[in-house]
Amino acid sequence: MTKFIAKRILLSLATLFVILFILFLLLQFMPGSPFNDEKLTAAQQAVLMAKYGLDKPFFIRFWIYLQNVVLRGDFGISYAIKKDMLVSGIVIARLGTSVRIGLQALLLGVSLGVLFGVISGSKRNTWMDSMATVAAVIGVSIPSYVLALVLSFVLGYKFRIFSITYQVDQPLWSSILPTIALSFFVMAQTTRFLRTELIEVLASDYVKLVDAKGVARPKVILRHGLRNAMISVITILGPLTVNLMTGSLVVERVYGIPGIGSLLVEGIQVNDYNVIIMIAFVYSALYIFVNLIVDILYGVIDPRIRVAKGG
Amino acid sequence: MKENRILEVNHLDLSFRLGNEVNHVIRDISFHLNQGETLAIVGESGSGKSVTTKAILGMIDDNGFLGKGEILFRTSRTGKEDEIVDLTKKDKKYMQKYVRGSKIAIIFQDPMTSLDPTMTIGKQIMESMLEHKKVASKKEAMAKTIQLLDLVGIEQPEKRVRQYPHQLSGGMRQRVVIAIALACEPDVLIADEPTTALDVTIQSQILELIKDLQKKTGVSIIFITHDLGVVANVADRVAVMYAGKIVEEGLASEIYYDPRHPYTWGLLSSIPSLDGQDEEIYSIPGTPPNLIDPPKGDAFAYRSEYALEIDFEEQPPMFQISDTHFAASWLLHPSAPKVDMPLVLAKRIAAFNERRSQE
Ligand SMILES: Nc1ncnc2c1ncn2[C@@H]1O[C@H](COP(=O)(O)OP(=O)(O)OP(=O)(O)O)[C@@H](O)[C@H]1O
Ligand code: SF4
Ligand SMILES: [Mg+2]
Repeated sequence: MTKFIAKRILLSLATLFVILFILFLLLQFMPGSPFNDEKLTAAQQAVLMAKYGLDKPFFIRFWIYLQNVVLRGDFGISYAIKKDMLVSGIVIARLGTSVRIGLQALLLGVSLGVLFGVISGSKRNTWMDSMATVAAVIGVSIPSYVLALVLSFVLGYKFRIFSITYQVDQPLWSSILPTIALSFFVMAQTTRFLRTELIEVLASDYVKLVDAKGVARPKVILRHGLRNAMISVITILGPLTVNLMTGSLVVERVYGIPGIGSLLVEGIQVNDYNVIIMIAFVYSALYIFVNLIVDILYGVIDPRIRVAKGG
Repeated sequence: MKENRILEVNHLDLSFRLGNEVNHVIRDISFHLNQGETLAIVGESGSGKSVTTKAILGMIDDNGFLGKGEILFRTSRTGKEDEIVDLTKKDKKYMQKYVRGSKIAIIFQDPMTSLDPTMTIGKQIMESMLEHKKVASKKEAMAKTIQLLDLVGIEQPEKRVRQYPHQLSGGMRQRVVIAIALACEPDVLIADEPTTALDVTIQSQILELIKDLQKKTGVSIIFITHDLGVVANVADRVAVMYAGKIVEEGLASEIYYDPRHPYTWGLLSSIPSLDGQDEEIYSIPGTPPNLIDPPKGDAFAYRSEYALEIDFEEQPPMFQISDTHFAASWLLHPSAPKVDMPLVLAKRIAAFNERRSQE
């Protein structure tokens, strides 16, 4: 198992390296970037040249960039949002809030999804199943920003239970609405997926044998049904994370959350390339990290993988 | 219910709802199981063998429902006095708590799919002991599990208990499934085609094992198969099932040496010869009838070369041939024309008899 994890970590690092290289490559060709901005005077360009070694060959420049990123976490400076500040400082200051709200949404969505999935998968064709299915269909079809607007209008504006926007001095309380807005899709997908999986697993020979052993129904469902169904459900964690990231771009704007989602939107609007690139890199890293966790969870749940990979 | 019987199925009817239609798959069947014996239930695919066993365990699919009939089971909840309960009257909770696994256990056909891939085999064997409180502690359960694995012929049981199903071969997995079935020392063991999915050599090992275990534990066995050849050395009595009915029933010797029902003739003729001589291998023409709209008369009539006129009109009753031998065929009616079994089969039986007298 340790060997398996070590291998996965190495692979993740390699992937990140490739991503960084591609991002760097893109940076070279972006029009209107500070490196080829026509409005810059020759003197200004010379300064930049010297600072970033722009006169050096491509791979040397990448080497310098790589060192900056890896050793100092330095992705260059911001050109527009906070002129001449290090991009890394700006992004990292906002990273925590986004990751926290993302995790809250993931946790809430998956927990509710598992709960509803188990209920509707094991009590098939009952009213509880129908309710869960309806909730799931709604959750999948309503985009999170619509939900965000509705929630903030109804619960924030009309009934004044929550504040309409995110408050930095009330980080938990005021993040409840965006968390719900983001978690709905996660919940819906998990419910749908788990329901299908659970129905299949509960009809399998091995669950029938557990039934024939006279094991009480709740234990049959949780100990054997859920555990086996979760093996497949875990695979959607990766795609769900992507959904949370894209969802957060708009949801953070709606609630005015100082996170990297809204920062990215801002960055795109004002062509702040280094900001865009660093956030793209952070998103990739988060995605790869989630997939790493998924692989490890796989091994924990499914002995066929654990044993085969020499644990 | 007679003293020596442990299970008795009387006039059981069972159907499945399929949309607006009703599939009447078990039609008035009766049979019994004596204490300590092996009863083989034999019939083609789809004849209703598995459904019958599921009815006994109270595990019929949601779209199924029982009609008339009863399933009497001699049991004792206290461990002291025997009582006879009708399992068709008991709810799911009772079946789960007092019957399944603890009193009646089952082995399924395919050992490759019968075990939970995410749980060690030790835990899967211990599970029912702990559930039915047959052991005082996990430690005792583990000790008993290791004994059981040893009993079913698995080497290095201490190591095996910590392994997962995928680390075992098909034959070993079936041994594990048998160990699971025996974990709570049940009174009745139902083996639903336990060797069909296995290689021939492994098949005979598993058959030997089941026979051996019966000697050691005295468990009564219902052995389901579609192949009369498989149970020849195992069964004390045989019930032949066709289209949801028992068409012939008798001691193994009566069924193998003096079969009376044309369907049994067909089944016996279709056993591949054991000594490898090339005889004609017979297969019964046609397929079993659709039980959503079952034919009038005998369900075998349109596949039978012996069918009489009455066969297309009225179902035959059970005719008694001896104290233990019954068959439902109009051919046994006193006024029916005399008909002999197929020549191939007659020759075979003669050869069997000869060999038997030589031994
Ligand atoms: N849930 C169900 N709904 C409808 N029909 C069913 C259902 N379960 C079983 N049947 C039908 O009942 C009949 C008997 O099935 P059963 O599984 O008992 O056959 P079997 O004798 O065990 O055959 P095999 O040798 O293939 O295992 C079949 O025609 C089958 O299609
Ligand atoms: S009752 Fe008639 S159709 Fe049925 S097996 Fe006997 S002879 Fe054949
Ligand atoms: Mg079957």
